[in-house]
Amino acid sequence: MPKLATLVEKIRSKNAGPFFLTIDIFCKSDKIFNKVCNQLSEKKIAKMFNCEIGSLKKFEITSLKVIKFSLPRPRIQGSTLDRDMHGAAWANLLSDIIIT
Amino acid sequence: MKKVRVLIPSGALGLNYESDALERGLKQNPNVIVVDGGSTDSGPAYLGLGVSKYSRASTKLEWSGLMKAREKLKIPLIIGSAGTCGTDQTVNWIKEITLEIAKELGHKVKIAIVKSSQPKERIVQLYKQNRIHPLENAPEISEREIENCTNIVALAGAEQIISALKTGADIIISGRATDAGSIAAFPLIHGIDPGLAWHGGKIAECGALCATNPQSGVVMVEFDKKGFTIEPMSTRSFATPETVSAHMLYENSDPFILHEPGGYLDVKNSQYVAINNKSVRVTGSKWVNSDKYKVKLEGAKLTGYQTVLISLIRDERYIENIDFWVTDLQQKCYKIVKERLALETNEFSIEIRLIGKNATLGDLETKTNIPLEIGVLGIVTAKTENEAIEIGKILNPFLLHHPLTEQEDQPTFAFPFSPASINRGPIFSFCLQHVLECFDPMEFFLVETTTNA
Repeated sequence: MPKLATLVEKIRSKNAGPFFLTIDIFCKSDKIFNKVCNQLSEKKIAKMFNCEIGSLKKFEITSLKVIKFSLPRPRIQGSTLDRDMHGAAWANLLSDIIIT
Repeated sequence: MKKVRVLIPSGALGLNYESDALERGLKQNPNVIVVDGGSTDSGPAYLGLGVSKYSRASTKLEWSGLMKAREKLKIPLIIGSAGTCGTDQTVNWIKEITLEIAKELGHKVKIAIVKSSQPKERIVQLYKQNRIHPLENAPEISEREIENCTNIVALAGAEQIISALKTGADIIISGRATDAGSIAAFPLIHGIDPGLAWHGGKIAECGALCATNPQSGVVMVEFDKKGFTIEPMSTRSFATPETVSAHMLYENSDPFILHEPGGYLDVKNSQYVAINNKSVRVTGSKWVNSDKYKVKLEGAKLTGYQTVLISLIRDERYIENIDFWVTDLQQKCYKIVKERLALETNEFSIEIRLIGKNATLGDLETKTNIPLEIGVLGIVTAKTENEAIEIGKILNPFLLHHPLTEQEDQPTFAFPFSPASINRGPIFSFCLQHVLECFDPMEFFLVETTTNA
């Protein structure tokens, strides 16, 4: 069963301002893009980040073979309980998702 | 001007750029050099304190290289968001460095500064007039919250940089400004379509991050009537339609829309085409004016004081029982702090993060393993600096000697430092990330000029 990280070119996450996190998944081919699009649901990602499904947005950018998720940051950037100032480490959470 | 060439040396002054790549860029006769100086990406402390993230030596060296380039070509040099946070204090810091360099090099320069800092009293008044609105997910604000801010800045767009350019200044040092706006300003006054000017600005905002070998820094954007071409200047850096279009997604929650002062950029119908193995041509971008001219406000407030400690655990039995050890230690330490400092639980916090277990992702972590060693990061937050220091000193013996059970030998863990606690001083949080309605683009910005002659 392949893990997402082995199927795609790159998974990156970054702050989009202090309150949002944005995750970009770059796919290698249309076939993988379609597969990942179908299997990475809003529900799955919302559960992973413990956020409300309505607050998460999914963009399927066919021309770039990119799937983008934008969601409220798990903690506001730089707040006392924030662990990752730039938001780049959260991408690692997606690496092990199994894509069938 | 039929074509407008903007040279961007790097993503931020202080990040370094490849000197050879800059030279190559200068040979192509740019019309303006623009570099960004700031970001909120490194957190609220820089705005809270009104200081730069980068070293003065790096800043001076890199700025000096750009000032020499400007003098040689006699073209304007622009820095946006000077000194990371773009407050008046950091604008003055860059201005001082500029005057120092000009003196050393014997340059005669006219400098225009754009001031973005906002007095709290004025922002409170505007809040009462209902002219300030929250961005999505921004925390609630109140008059008190605004008064608690140590620094507030408004983000300039293209119009404010244009005002500074119109003074005929050689060097423009702008306070907080949007990355894309600082780059878009010059093409806009030379008749470039706003959709192209803003899109080129967004793509080139981080220098060569829109290409391969991003650390080389330098990119050229050539604008014309129908589109723009982006080319990295390093021989070891290549732009492709993928690298360029991917940058539109970077740090932007919507892949097609970018909100900026005065309107938004729409790239739904943009085309990215490779014109050789190194440059990309972009067309079809659209700018839409908004009804009201709005700028973003950023404000940081003091939230307390922190002291941190690090202890290293290499003992296998302690590592296997680490969760119990942390819970037990915290309970006992909280009790002593409350008794000895007469504090309530809500007046301080002692957070323990386990490096090697889940310090990065916390509760969201999905993987488990038994690590070789664990770094115990103790984070003490309190209302005063003295309390944070005192609590850190109470936590010290726990992180050094706390036993798993009462009857066992007293353990001693590894402290890497003496003193073991590190006073972090004041800590800040973003409280203003709001939109302010303006009657005029210059309503909240001031342009001042000086010459060193």
